[in-house]
Amino acid sequence: MASTAFQKIYTKLTQITKATCSLHATQVGYEEMATVNGRMAQVIKIQGDLVTLQVFSGTEGLPTNAEVVFLGHAPQLLVGDELNGRFFNALGNPIDGGPPVAGKATELGSPSVNPVKRKQPSELIATGIAGIDLNNTLVTGQKIPFFADPDQPFNQVMAIVALRAKADKIILGGMGLTNDDYLFFRNIFENAGSASHIISFVNTNEDPPLERLLVPDMTLTAAEYFAVEKHQKVLVLLTDMTLYAEALSIVSNRMDQIPSKDSMPGSLYSDLARIYEKAVQFPDGGSITIIAVTTLSGGDITHAIPDNTGYITEGQLFIRKDTDIGKVIIDPFRSLSRLKQLVIGKKTREDHPQVMNAAVRLFADAMNAKTKLENGFDLTDYDQRTLQYAKEYSNRLLTIDVTLDTDSMLDTAWELFRKYFSVNEVAIKTEFVEKYGMWET
Amino acid sequence: MSTTGNVSGIISNLVIVAVDGVVAQNEICYILKDEVKLMAEVIRIGKELAYVQVFESTRGLKPGMPVEFTGHMLEATLGPGLLSKNFDGLQNDLDKMTGIFLKKGDYAPALEDNKLWNFKPLAHPGDLVTAGSWLGEVQENWMPHKIMVPFKMTGTYTVKEIAQPGEYTINDTISILTNSSAHEIPVKMVQKWPVKIPIKAYKNKPRPYEFMETGVRVIDSLNPIVRGGTGFIPGAFGTGKTVLEHAISKQADADIIVVSACGERANEVVELFAEFPRLDDPRTGRKLLERTTIVANTSNMPVAAREASIYTAMTLAEYYRSMGMKILLLADSTSRWAQALREMSNRMEELPGPDAFPMDLQATISNFYARAGFVHLNNGQTGSVTFIGTVSPAGGNLKEPVTEATKKTARCFYALSQARADSKRYPAIDALESYSKYLEYPEFQEYIKKRLSENWINQIQEAKNILQKGHEAYEQINILGDDGVPIDYHQIFWKSEVIDFIILQQDAFDKVDANTPIDRQQYMLELVLNICRTEFSFEGFEEINPYFKRIIHVLKQMNYAGFKSENFIAQEKELAEIMAERAIKPQ
Ligand SMILES: Nc1ncnc2c1ncn2[C@@H]1O[C@H](COP(=O)(O)OP(=O)(O)O)[C@@H](O)[C@H]1O
Ligand SMILES: [Mg+2]
Repeated sequence: MASTAFQKIYTKLTQITKATCSLHATQVGYEEMATVNGRMAQVIKIQGDLVTLQVFSGTEGLPTNAEVVFLGHAPQLLVGDELNGRFFNALGNPIDGGPPVAGKATELGSPSVNPVKRKQPSELIATGIAGIDLNNTLVTGQKIPFFADPDQPFNQVMAIVALRAKADKIILGGMGLTNDDYLFFRNIFENAGSASHIISFVNTNEDPPLERLLVPDMTLTAAEYFAVEKHQKVLVLLTDMTLYAEALSIVSNRMDQIPSKDSMPGSLYSDLARIYEKAVQFPDGGSITIIAVTTLSGGDITHAIPDNTGYITEGQLFIRKDTDIGKVIIDPFRSLSRLKQLVIGKKTREDHPQVMNAAVRLFADAMNAKTKLENGFDLTDYDQRTLQYAKEYSNRLLTIDVTLDTDSMLDTAWELFRKYFSVNEVAIKTEFVEKYGMWET
Repeated sequence: MSTTGNVSGIISNLVIVAVDGVVAQNEICYILKDEVKLMAEVIRIGKELAYVQVFESTRGLKPGMPVEFTGHMLEATLGPGLLSKNFDGLQNDLDKMTGIFLKKGDYAPALEDNKLWNFKPLAHPGDLVTAGSWLGEVQENWMPHKIMVPFKMTGTYTVKEIAQPGEYTINDTISILTNSSAHEIPVKMVQKWPVKIPIKAYKNKPRPYEFMETGVRVIDSLNPIVRGGTGFIPGAFGTGKTVLEHAISKQADADIIVVSACGERANEVVELFAEFPRLDDPRTGRKLLERTTIVANTSNMPVAAREASIYTAMTLAEYYRSMGMKILLLADSTSRWAQALREMSNRMEELPGPDAFPMDLQATISNFYARAGFVHLNNGQTGSVTFIGTVSPAGGNLKEPVTEATKKTARCFYALSQARADSKRYPAIDALESYSKYLEYPEFQEYIKKRLSENWINQIQEAKNILQKGHEAYEQINILGDDGVPIDYHQIFWKSEVIDFIILQQDAFDKVDANTPIDRQQYMLELVLNICRTEFSFEGFEEINPYFKRIIHVLKQMNYAGFKSENFIAQEKELAEIMAERAIKPQ
């Protein structure tokens, strides 16, 4: 970025930490961007004329006489149709070998949408995966993360969901992606034959970790452009938000802030909410749906990152391996879509809510039977049947490798109910049993 | 001349201002950024420096920018027209703001200046009045809205003039009062009050005792709350706090509901916006919206305004209480408010308490809950503010500062259990862990005997005992195995399951089941206790589970059916037949 004639150049840093540097400067705006020996930086603290900058690529090798130029604006992205089909880094520069894009300079981190100007989400997103469509139905305008241990195929599942979701636009925000996963996304997007409606902002694990902090805002600024100005249905993919939160904690530690739980900044909730709450349904049809990934450590959802995330997002999809059937499933107990109420039984068949609940309840009974078995107790006939049911339910409905429409999922559930249980044991409203149950009497 | 200053430092939403004169703690000031005025509140004062929290994004602020102090604290605007409004935390009318996004420095007045209200005088010239005395009333939606002597006026006044019946705006003078030195004070229908100070224009605040129906069985039938009472709902994410608060807001027996959406999801507020204009108040048949005010500061809105929002909501509730009304204030979630306090305290580098929360967290929470209550007004009428807040404990662990601090002050504890939520036993209130201190109040016991029945409290105790015994039996069965325990244990356990499935569990999304009026609750509790009191004969434990599942199935159909509808009666008959199959002792 060339500096104009009016720009003052500072050349005296008074303090340098791993992530920040400080200098005396005047007429600097809060959150203004700057370059420090060409490295992108942002103002994060002003005390009188002492200005502290966060240097996105880190401060390694930075001398005290580094040249600091303030750019006079907050971080921004050039938005426009030229973004389509392109890959960028966290600073918004192309990484696909293509030319730079032209567009309207737009500040990252717009204010929040007035809640009265939102529309209640009501449009179902079908993925074909029963662990989602049947048990945790997604809706446009929703924000929901996958919770998964790092060894689970979350990026693959997310890519399947994205491509089946019938969005006008998919925008990927990659944070700390491995190069392999980056190439996986490039490959799958290019093969989808629809690369032109996909945009990616990627920070790989080879890039400086603090640059990640810009990725969600870049992604969502582009998303808002297409949703607000072009009334498009935009699907935003953010992976891995755990690595984003860790970058936040690096900065706050350098700022000497008192950490709260799990060394995370006390503002983690607000920081994450600012991102996830960009998910929205507008009355004129435009929408932003956010599907994210939050990796866990050993399935622990009480850690501050998944915990704060769960309090913000509209549910979570918990991916784990089911050791009984040796396949990856969407865990029906720990997963939740909070917006499913808005569509199930309304946009889907009327028996959907009850069938879904009954199926999960019987699966829970099977887990109790399993515990009994492990403790060396005899199983009742009912216990035996729940175990057989659970296996088939896992195999035919919970695993991520099914592709069904919702009616077939419901029919499959009824088939299993009939096969293993009596009407009383299933305990569904009589009118539905009569209409869809088809027990032989 | 009011005090002015200049920005000297910026750390996130904390701005340090060099000042040239007098400033007060909690005073409001405006930072002038080009054409835009950003509102902020003084939260600490040092040597010629004021530390202010800005209710907006501080992006682009520069040292040197001018600051104007207003001489007053953050104030709510009180007057007719507050009902059915959607406010932000600073009481801006969200429906009046232009554009999709909430632009920095955009403010929209809380009340309409030009709207005409049909005023009816209540006071007469010569009357002696004090703050909160009713001078007249206007019709707001369908409720009589009292026009009161402003709360800021201390001492006794004489009514000199009172307006004739007729149409007036909130800014018209509707009365002239005189003080002891015959000085004339004009009174309008609108007044202002600092949100962080309780409105105390009442005679006294006795212990509350009037039962408040919520339509939620596990609350009303096991741990009831009272008008003017306090309660809180702690629970990990997804355990059902918001669904429960929404259910209460739709069904509770209150004149006015104030909902404070405090730092939670925007879509949850949108749900209220969408539903309340459509849904009927089960008691009056009017639209829910008519009796509701929503104060929304969702999680993405500025953090400092989040802290203000809960006080704004409380002030609105207290205002209506002074009119002799029953208000229910709901806040979701009070933890977000505590976190807002924590963020600021950290930025000011204060010495932190547990989990980095401010040291005075307990006192702050306690002072807030203390604003709820049942009051005798000076004119002999009564009013109440009932407050129920949710708490979002980090990691779902109830041994964290916000839960612990709240537990010390709120009188009803509705603990949501992760295990119950996981097995979809909603609402996931753990009936044994939870409590209502009001059950122990003799005044409440007296009241409920007259209102419901002589033995209602005994029935509550009986139901709790069965749940407790069932829980113990369940643990024994788990340790010793199905056939390792006396067969009775299975019966005891399954009887507690009947209470669990039929009384405790309630489907908030089913039209009928969602709301159970208290007479229906009494009927069902009696029916279920009757089953629990009946001895049944079984040959082996294997027979017990299927038998009780049939009973539960039929009872559930009753819960889904209209009270005493044809279907309800048919199911009840079937229940009697099933019971007759195995009952030993006639009931
Ligand atoms: N009474 C209820 N009946 C049916 N479902 C419920 C009930 N309470 C909660 N749920 C389910 O639990 C989900 C989470 O509830 P919510 O109140 O949003 O949790 P929290 O506010 O504690 O995070 C809801 O979306 C709904 O699916
Ligand atoms: Mg909630």
